[in-house]
Formats: sequence, C-alpha cells, structure tokens
Amino acid sequence: MKIELRHGAGGADTAGLIDSIFARHFHNAVLDKMEDGAVLPRPAGELVLTTDSFVVQPLEFSGGNIGRLAVCGTVNDLSCMGAVPKYLTAGFILEEGLETDTLERMVASMAATAKEAGVSIVAGDTKVIEGNGGMYINTAGAGIRPQGRCVSAANLCPGDQLILSGTLGEHHAVILSSRMGLQTSLKSDCAPLNAMTEALFSAGVSVHTMRDITRGGLATVACELAKASGCALAIEESALPVSEGVHALCGILGLDPLTMGNEGKLLIAVPQADTAHALATVKAVPYGENAAVIGTVCAGSGVTLQTAIGGRRVLSPLRGEGLPRIC
Amino acid sequence: MKNEQMAAYLTHYRGRPLRLMEVCGTHTSVLYRSGLRGMLPAQVAMLSGPGCPVCVTPTAYIDRLTELSLTPGVCVLSFGDMLAVPGSKLSLAGARARGGRVGFFYAPEQALKIAAKEPKTCFVLAAVGFETTAPVWAVLAETILQQGIQNVRLLTALKTMPLAMDALCETGDIDGFLCPGHVAVVSGSESFRPLADKWKKPMVVGGFTPELLLRALCRLLREAGERHSGVWNEYPAYVRRDGNSKAKAVVARVFETGPACWRGLGVLAGSGLYLRGKYAALDAGSGALYDDRAPEGCCCGKVLTGALTPQQCPLFGKACLPEHPVGACMVSSEGSCRITYLERGDSL
Ligand code: SF4
Ligand code: SF4
Repeated sequence: MKIELRHGAGGADTAGLIDSIFARHFHNAVLDKMEDGAVLPRPAGELVLTTDSFVVQPLEFSGGNIGRLAVCGTVNDLSCMGAVPKYLTAGFILEEGLETDTLERMVASMAATAKEAGVSIVAGDTKVIEGNGGMYINTAGAGIRPQGRCVSAANLCPGDQLILSGTLGEHHAVILSSRMGLQTSLKSDCAPLNAMTEALFSAGVSVHTMRDITRGGLATVACELAKASGCALAIEESALPVSEGVHALCGILGLDPLTMGNEGKLLIAVPQADTAHALATVKAVPYGENAAVIGTVCAGSGVTLQTAIGGRRVLSPLRGEGLPRIC
Repeated sequence: MKNEQMAAYLTHYRGRPLRLMEVCGTHTSVLYRSGLRGMLPAQVAMLSGPGCPVCVTPTAYIDRLTELSLTPGVCVLSFGDMLAVPGSKLSLAGARARGGRVGFFYAPEQALKIAAKEPKTCFVLAAVGFETTAPVWAVLAETILQQGIQNVRLLTALKTMPLAMDALCETGDIDGFLCPGHVAVVSGSESFRPLADKWKKPMVVGGFTPELLLRALCRLLREAGERHSGVWNEYPAYVRRDGNSKAKAVVARVFETGPACWRGLGVLAGSGLYLRGKYAALDAGSGALYDDRAPEGCCCGKVLTGALTPQQCPLFGKACLPEHPVGACMVSSEGSCRITYLERGDSL
C-alpha cells in the first residue's frame, strides 16, 4: 500500500495508520494511553532537551536507515550533554506515494534502536504532504542529567587529551557512494552512544567535554571546541583511525576524512591523568573498539594537524557541501 | 628514499630560487592537506595552475547554462561544484532561485537515469573536464546515440592540458611543472615530452597521496634546481608512457579539437574538445563561448596563470569568500583561492 494524503487528514485513515504501524512498534505504557500529550514523572536532576530533523537520502543505506538515524542523532545529542536519554517524540512528514512497507521498516528500526538505547518514544505526529514517496522525521528528546555532571566545551583546558571513539567518515562515505551508485562494502556507523558516555561517568572519568562528530566531520567539531573554549587543539594525523574502505574512497573521490560526517563517533576531552582509563573504558563498550587518543588541548587558538608526512596544517570547518571532485 | 629523507631533502633545499607550478587542482588541495606546502623552503614558490575545470570555465559558458536552465522545457544538470560559479549576471544556483531548472549529479552516468524519468524535458548536461573526464563523456555520448535517447544534450567545456601549459610557458617565468597525474593516466607521461623539449623545463608527473606528492616534489626540486629538462614519471603505478589507449580511442571517435576559452589564458586554438560527426547532433551550443568578462576587481585570470597569488587579489577574504564567491577560484574545492582561504584556518 502507498501513503496517500488521506492518511494525514486526521480522520479514520490516520488512526488506522497509527494503529497498524506506529502504536504497534512503539508501544509502551505512556504512549499506549494515546492522550494528546505524554505525562512523565518529574525527574531528579536537570532536564536536558534537544531536537533534530532527519532528511537523509536514500532512506535506507548500508548499516542503517532514516529511522535508526533519527533515534541515534537525538540520543547522542543528549548523551554528549552528560544526560541519560529517557524520552523521545517522533514527528513524521510523509510524502504521498511512500510505501507503507517502507514506513513500517523505518518505524520498526526506530523501535529497535530506541530499545537498544533504553529510551521510550512517548509522543508522535504524522502529516502527509504532496511529493514523491519520501519521508522526513523529527525527533525531540528529553534526558536527565544527574547532579554534578558538567560537560561543556568551555571546560577544555590545556593539557587535556582528545579521544576519538572510532574510525572517521563511514556514514558520509556510505551515503555518498550510494548516491553515486558505487558498490562498496562500507557500513554507516550510525549508533546510539549513550552506553559509551554512561560508561565513562560510571568509571569515574572526569569528562571535560564530548561532542558527536556529525556533519562537517572532526575538523568542524574540533574548530567549534577550540573557539568555544578559547584553547588550541593539536591533532596527530597518524593517530586518526580511518578504515581502509573510507581511505580508498577518499583517494578516488578526493575527499578528506577530516570533514566527513559520522553518526556514531564521539570526540571526548579528558584530563591527562584520566586518559588511559578513559580510553580503556571506551574501547570496552560497543562501538568503541577502534578508539584512539588523537591529540591534545593546548594554550592558544585554532586547530592544527600534524600531518603523517611531517607537515603542519591548520584545520578549518567544512564549508559548502564537500562534494567529490570532478575527475 | 624514505619519506623522512625526502621530507628532509625538501625542507633543506638551498638551491636556486624556483617558481614551480602544480597544474592540477587536486595537487593544490593535497599540498595543503598534507602540510607539504608549509614544508617548502622560502625560495621555492608553488603556483597553482589552470587545473581545475570549474575555475577555467569562462563566463560565457555559465551564461549559456543559466540561459538554458531558464528556458521552458529544459533542465540543466551539472556537477555540484558548478552551481555557485558566477556568470555575468547569474550563477546556476541564482538561476534556480529564479525558477530555472537546475539539478546536479555526482557522476555523469546518473544524469541518464534522471533524464529517463522525464522524457518530455530536454536535459542539458554540463560536460566540463579535462583529458580525464573526456572519456566518460565520450562513452556517455555513445550510449545516448546507441540507445536512441532523445531528451539529452551536452554543453561541452572539455579542454586538454598541454596547450594551456604551453601558453603558460610563453607568458610566465615558471621553472618546472608538477604535471597532473589523472590527466597522465589517460594521455600518458609522454604527452608532456614536447613541452619539455620546447621549453627546456622539467615535467614531473605526480600522484595524489602525500607520499607520492612528496616524491614528485623532491624530483621536481632536484631537476629544476639543476636546470634539467625532461619528463619524469613519479606515478608509475598508474601512469604509463602512452596512457590508456582505449580511453584515447573513444575520445577520438566522439570528439574533435577546436578553440577553447580558458579563464585567464583566453582562447587557445586546438585546446578544446567538441562533439564531432554524428555526435554533433547532441551539442547544445558549445562553440564560440569565448566571453570571459570577469566581475569587477576579480583577478581569477591572474591567479590561474600564477601571475598573482590569491592573497594578492584585492577581493580575497573581503568581498570574495567561500560563502559568496566573486570568482570561480573561490567556488571549487580545487580552486586555489578557496584552498588558500581555508588554509588560513579561519574558524567559524
Ligand atoms: S580535473 Fe582532474 S586532473 Fe584536473 S585538476 Fe581536477 S582532479 Fe586534477
Ligand atoms: S579572491 Fe575571488 S575574485 Fe579574487 S581571484 Fe580569487 S576567486 Fe577571483
């Protein structure tokens, strides 16, 4: 069956869609009440809220899909704030012509990812617009930050070590090669990282800051951190984990792993004394096995890369789309 | 030599001052990314040449594309990099905002799929590139004819490198060239021999990893420092003396040479490739697009010929920024102005 405008009209067709797909996959005590809003217990600690919209093309790609991405993106934003993600809302904008089977796969994947991350999807909305069978998802998330956790870019101080939780560029590489019709064995790294951030806190690591590396890649995130903290970041190119597949694609297309996006990688800054412990902790949790210490925070400003060949390069945030070269 | 030894050779070069040109935009970009540019001693200047197809495309070509995109029933498809290049009035992105139909592709073959979905629309593909891309466009043109595809046309801006390098030798004081490896994969390292013989300069074909580039640079410094002339292939894993005969053959079947206008160099006879014979029916008006009027104050022409460095352009970093480029060299990811601007590491 294909989605039609009637499915978004708010009447029986909408209710049917909710029953047959959304309620069935997302069900939990709060959502099952089917009220106009979710009533949630008042948390101890600070409430952290975030929202993000997902418009990825293609909807399904190797290693993930828009549904998994929509959960991971919001879960990871909350986790990077030091919050324990708890609740998500999901808003769907569906284009006419979307296959309900596709929608159901995306929704099922959201449900599975939410389960993996230990969050509940407690409210939702669906609209249908004219179009060509596409779909977009907005997720908002609420998390609770226990007392005493203070993670902020402003906390970076000279001497801090930078840990990257895994290899660079997979998500970007997968999306790009699928748009270009290239066959690769790459998989998107799209994953919820709250287990990783919680492991760090439970291990007693004094996390100064954490960022998930999404659009714009490591270079962009590092420049943002440098600016926000008034410190300089020095990164070692030879320490950067890059998979062979991404490396090869970059060679062919003239791309730079440093400005390619991930959807399941963190840049973590910890005090020097905690570095070894933090690295071991990250390596021991899922999605962290390729973690590495990639650089240091110093006094000064800007981000520099010590290149593998012995040169020095000043990193800038990505500008424009980062398209592959013409030949 | 090991990498460390080569790096030491580079940094400790104390021979005669050299002005060397990297022709290819990818080399410009790797020079920056790898930090090699910063390792060069003060007396070695690396100039960026006309090696980015986006940068050398003249204004008239962009104008023709925008005009087509605003024609009812026509949709222009291009590499994404072209969208922001300013024409005399509009860029393609500007034309799109005014109702023009413009799409982009990552690889030319994708364009045929897009066109197949809308048989009533005429799709004009912006076929830009050098020796490297020409075979891809040639195969595409053959496919269009073989499959009888009716709604696809090409607006070509295909150029060949040696004649531009010849023009540069005539005007500029360049002591040696880092020759484009991609081009040489197709045309062969020997394609640079006539230039080396005529101008008595070293021509070194280089690859694109930092290691390969370092190796090519060391070779270029040594040979240029000693005033040697000749061709050196430092990308032997991919480049053969005579190139790729299949690719050359398909290009010869589909294209013939003709005059082409290069931003900064003007019209160079024989440096363009145009659809020939039965393929000419696919052409969307590619001939005589010679107008190369640059926007007020734009120095792209001088930058592309090594006469000015990007920083010497009065608009650089002021009126001309990656967010709102005045000239083409600030648009393309291989444009030397854009690369130089980003190299300064300005944060957000
Ligand atoms: S078109 Fe190819 S050979 Fe020319 S600059 Fe770009 S990558 Fe290099
Ligand atoms: S700074 Fe802008 S206007 Fe000046 S040469 Fe570069 S691209 Fe052209």
